[in-house]
Amino acid sequence: MSRCLTRLFAILDKEILQLRRDRLTFGMIVGIPIMQILLFGYAINTDVRHLSAAVADQAGTQLSRQLVADMQISQVIDKVQQVTTGAELKVLLDRGEINVGILIPPDFERRLQQNNRPAAQLMIDGSDPVILATAQTLTKMTFNVRSAAKSIKQTELFEVRNYYNPERRSSVFVVPGLIGVILTMTMVLFTAVAVVRERERGNLELLINTPVTTTELMIGKIIPYIVIGLIQVTLIMLLGIFLFHVPVNGQVMAIYLVALIFIAANLSLGLVISTIAKNQFQAMQLTFFFFLPSILLSGFMFPFEGMPRAAQYIAEVLPLTHFVRLIRGIMLRGAEISQMSNDIYALLLFMLVTISFAILRFKKRLD
Amino acid sequence: MNTENAIESTNLTKRFGDLTAVDHVNLAIPRKRIFGFLGPNGSGKSTTIRMLCGLLTPTEGSVSVLNYRVPEQAEILKQKIGYMTQRFSLYEDLTVFENLNFMARIYCMPSTQRRTRIEAAMGTYRLSALAKQFAGTLSGGQRQRLSLAAATLHRPELLLLDEPTSAVDPQTRRDFWDNLFQLVDSGTTILVSTHYMDEAERCHNLAILDRGRIVANGEPETLMQEINSDVVEVESTSPRQVAHTLKDATNIISVTQLGTRQRVLVNKQQGDAKNYVQQILNSAQVESHCRDTHPSLEDVFVTVTNKPAIAGGV
Repeated sequence: MSRCLTRLFAILDKEILQLRRDRLTFGMIVGIPIMQILLFGYAINTDVRHLSAAVADQAGTQLSRQLVADMQISQVIDKVQQVTTGAELKVLLDRGEINVGILIPPDFERRLQQNNRPAAQLMIDGSDPVILATAQTLTKMTFNVRSAAKSIKQTELFEVRNYYNPERRSSVFVVPGLIGVILTMTMVLFTAVAVVRERERGNLELLINTPVTTTELMIGKIIPYIVIGLIQVTLIMLLGIFLFHVPVNGQVMAIYLVALIFIAANLSLGLVISTIAKNQFQAMQLTFFFFLPSILLSGFMFPFEGMPRAAQYIAEVLPLTHFVRLIRGIMLRGAEISQMSNDIYALLLFMLVTISFAILRFKKRLD
Repeated sequence: MNTENAIESTNLTKRFGDLTAVDHVNLAIPRKRIFGFLGPNGSGKSTTIRMLCGLLTPTEGSVSVLNYRVPEQAEILKQKIGYMTQRFSLYEDLTVFENLNFMARIYCMPSTQRRTRIEAAMGTYRLSALAKQFAGTLSGGQRQRLSLAAATLHRPELLLLDEPTSAVDPQTRRDFWDNLFQLVDSGTTILVSTHYMDEAERCHNLAILDRGRIVANGEPETLMQEINSDVVEVESTSPRQVAHTLKDATNIISVTQLGTRQRVLVNKQQGDAKNYVQQILNSAQVESHCRDTHPSLEDVFVTVTNKPAIAGGV
């Protein structure tokens, strides 16, 4: 056992020495999280406002002008053009100059009185579902007809209470998931490249001719990166809290525990990739082959609930899916780990399967 | 198996698809000797060495190294052998000392022994002044000394060297061989592959490999004496014409130009090689002077590899 540890520490020390000297990698460890959180934190915003709109006000009454003014006050649209016909609105939509066309027919006021006919028409660019969804909120707008005698008070069926993110800020939703995305990218790539690089440089041919065991080699490679992963988690959380005021409703220890398991899962996947890839380029390609579905299917970008059953099954295999659920649960909803044990088990299972696979595949042979 | 031998193999064979890289190789390598593998690139030297240390699994045949069965017992064996790859395979981003320290720890040396051994190795291989230099910035010869120091830190009984001198100058090679003989004196067995004749000549025993087969095996001196050809040196004012005339004559194995002279290998079956060559040249009216000379190791190599059908049915 003690002999075992000597070798393990030899590999550990060597990895740390090499990491300290590899300025570029070291820069990426800190640079990637900072850049991505600034980029995504500020850029991703699902709460869309200021859609450009054109108005064809064929009624031209005080009431129709008031409708347009009310819509602008809501900040959902910005009126950019005034035209006269619906056909012109269509042309503008086709050209992509506007997202929304508002057609107010000449008999607008008469239609307002009649309950069975809509009073005006919204022409929406549906090619982007997010814009469509936002523009549709306009239809729920209540129009206060102050001048007219009769106002139709519509009662809504449901009242919506928004838990956990009352201000509907996207960054609150994005930052916890971003921890997972950044870890997936850096952890898988770093380990895969770290092993493949040794093979490319011939170091591995020497190492496998020594008494080093596969397990020692793998664990010695993993541990430094676990520490790096935890540093990244801390960095993203601090930036998230100070820049984007992301709430931490759950226990900090729980966050780190979940992150630790997730990091280990990704590192073992990186080792699997390293046993398959022949050079660093292949290792990078394989990493991205895994990275893209992780981002798209995990629920980080698109809601898990909206995906077809088959895609959901695939997503359940990806560690990021479970991590996104766990971290949002803990950070935003203040959930306890025990309430989400299924996702923990899923991550542990993934890790066990991949690390066993990596150790089995990595032979101390060349053929 | 005979314990006197460090390595024994019977019918050792390795196939990669259709290619037979190593073809029924039988080896008996005695302890405390330098055994050389001489052969052109692709003759199966590296593949054989890799099978001997368990890096490759033989397709056929059996190997015993230091009385361990390979590849089954390769893991125990690894503590007792040292291996030096063709390419520099230590870490270029670690210093000389860090590399040695890493290897010492990989072989689980206790820390006091580690310090004395590294100190001694740096002295023997003239690395003390370079201790803090990154391995990546060393010259070819320095890298090679570092590799040898690293491979011998744990005092292996057997040292496997795969073309260790392919990237260094002649003086460095000489120094390197002095180091090898020192190691043999202290009891190490060395297996070294090379394609340099002068190195092959310095081995105690030699096996010449060609296309995966051993085509000659023995002490270099014996191989030169028992060569299956006679060597004739032809001095001429028109050496190209000599070569042209002799090239296709019967029983001529090869013609090699050395400056103004042509070195001609003649099959021993011919007999009286000097007169035979002189006659051919005279009848072709090529102005020349022939004389017998001693065969070199290169002549042996050419004889056994160039035209295997003529060279005594090997």
